[in-house]
Amino acid sequence: MTEANGGGAQEKSAESIIQIRGLNKWFGPQLHVLRDIDLDVKVGEKIVICGPSGSGKSTLIRCINRLEHHQKGSIIVDGTELTEDLKSIDEVRRDVGMVFQHFNLFPHLTILDNLILAPVWVKKEPKAKATETAMHYLERVKIPEQAHKYPGQLSGGQQQRVAIARALCMNPKIMLFDEPTSALDPEMISEVLDVMAELAREGMTMLVVTHEMGFASQVADCVIFMDEGSIVECSEPGKVEEFFKHPTNERTQKFFGQILHHI
Amino acid sequence: MDGISHRHPALHWLHVNLFSSPTNTILTLLAALLLWQLVPPALNWAVFEATFSGTDSDACKYVDEHGEKVDAPGACWTFVKIRWPQFLFGLWYTRNFDQAWRPVLAFVLALGIIAALALPMFSHKQRYQIAAGALVVYPFVAYALLNGAWLGLPEAKTADWGGLTLTLVLASLGIIAAFPLGVCLALARRSRMPVVKGYAVLWIEMFRGMPLITLLFIASVMLPYFFPIGTEIDKVVRAIIAITIFQSAYTAEAIRGGLSAVPRGQYEAAEALGFGFWKSTILITLPQALKISIPAIMNSFIQLFKDTSLVLIIGLLELLNIIQVAARSSQWKGYEAEGYIFAAATFFFFCYSMSLYSRGLERRLDTSLAARRAQQD
Ligand SMILES: Nc1ncnc2c1ncn2[C@@H]1O[C@H](COP(=O)(O)OP(=O)(O)OP(=O)(O)O)[C@@H](O)[C@H]1O
Ligand SMILES: [Mg+2]
Repeated sequence: MTEANGGGAQEKSAESIIQIRGLNKWFGPQLHVLRDIDLDVKVGEKIVICGPSGSGKSTLIRCINRLEHHQKGSIIVDGTELTEDLKSIDEVRRDVGMVFQHFNLFPHLTILDNLILAPVWVKKEPKAKATETAMHYLERVKIPEQAHKYPGQLSGGQQQRVAIARALCMNPKIMLFDEPTSALDPEMISEVLDVMAELAREGMTMLVVTHEMGFASQVADCVIFMDEGSIVECSEPGKVEEFFKHPTNERTQKFFGQILHHI
Repeated sequence: MDGISHRHPALHWLHVNLFSSPTNTILTLLAALLLWQLVPPALNWAVFEATFSGTDSDACKYVDEHGEKVDAPGACWTFVKIRWPQFLFGLWYTRNFDQAWRPVLAFVLALGIIAALALPMFSHKQRYQIAAGALVVYPFVAYALLNGAWLGLPEAKTADWGGLTLTLVLASLGIIAAFPLGVCLALARRSRMPVVKGYAVLWIEMFRGMPLITLLFIASVMLPYFFPIGTEIDKVVRAIIAITIFQSAYTAEAIRGGLSAVPRGQYEAAEALGFGFWKSTILITLPQALKISIPAIMNSFIQLFKDTSLVLIIGLLELLNIIQVAARSSQWKGYEAEGYIFAAATFFFFCYSMSLYSRGLERRLDTSLAARRAQQD
């Protein structure tokens, strides 16, 4: 449907776009937050990561665009290995968009300026073209009429949709979502999840940290359960529902027991 | 009528605001008593019994029954009336009063620029362009006017500048020059590079821990040692260097406070979008930090404005000092109070204007306030 983001995705289907091997991360000398993580993400794949608080979900996806740096192991994103080298970081960030729990829109800029800032200053796009792209994505997330307002004038759900549009304006190959709906009032969650589900249908590669199990079973190709810095269990391809009902691991059972109980 | 009160609205206002409770009533009465004690005598001195006419101090004296000259009981505004050209423009411009239009024009131009920046018809971008242009061009224009030599007018050397004119030159140049320096120092102090950070910390702590008067003294006595022998450094330039250095430390701390108050998520969002340090700072975090630090920055500006009086130590006569000198002359001995009140009123006028301007700026930049306003509409 949109040449903007889906285009490159289908061609190299079976290939891994993210390859994580033996990833270890410590905060300070003591706190071991990621332990021997191996993960492969194929182009167009949607992965949902869940697990208890403090298990390292955020840290894992933040390592993928180098908001956190790792101490051991390797992360290769679209053929570029993440190292200290600033060039590799720039290259990876160009391919990876991120959506945060607290939206992190720039409050001093209008919605439109939020969307065109990075295309104009980072990608050096002409302003007219960036504005056109921005309006296109604002329509996709269904709030073109808010373009000239400031973030503070929008509801949480609208702000998060703007944040998604802002990431998409950079035409990323991969989108990372860190609990995109957990700061939202319940009645706004679905408007954000709908946008994400549509993005998924269009073939975007997505890593989503969320506890929205309805979203996971509808969209995810694979659900990963993390605890204490390790990947405890992965769902079999295409068997997400199955995984929720009958996880093999005891900790996973307990966790799903708790959260599914709440839903 | 369906109002809460059937009384006159003024009475209602009085009741609600001044006499709503016993404590409030007592405080109101106390305040009224205090005003009653203070205001009439002050008015008597400053207005009803004051002298406004005449051309010298004799106008403020009368001969008593013993045939001696005695000060009149009220204020002697004749002092200010006769000497105001000195107070505003310094001694040179008083002697060459036909040239006084030069500082006035320089001042009016500055006001024009400030007013243009506040006008709503300009976009953000145009405002930046005006501000940037003015910052580059205006100092030269002001110098050309005040000094006069470039324009073929009678030359007033910097050492001849004085009074309010000098106060404004010192304060505005100090403020303007200290601002970019302060931004750099604030960024340097947050840097992860130890050398850069070390220098910034040293600079800020050293000059913040020093009274301005010491710094002015050092600038006047020691600065010549840093330059080849025989280099004459202008006194006003020395003062501006000292003031700039001093002020940069305060501005830096105010801005650093703003930078730390910008939420971490803003830095992360900028990084995730691929912004490097400089672009992220200039486009995203610094504008937010500056907005947050407006009150603190303005506070230090106002402080500096008043501190300019300390340039007396290097022999410059700005507003306050020139009034003191005038009040020490044999003619006007004993009329310091009138001079000081004039100085106080002038300082207050400028400081309060700065305060109002900064509040207006805060309001204009407050995007969440815009949100609240929009919701009310
Ligand atoms: N910047 C940091 N410095 C030190 N420790 C950190 C930092 N960020 C996270 N941690 C610690 O790392 C561990 C993993 O944190 P992380 O945020 O990845 O967990 P999470 O699974 O995302 O949890 P949540 O569901 O609460 O978001 C936690 O113990 C946390 O306290
Ligand atoms: Mg988290």
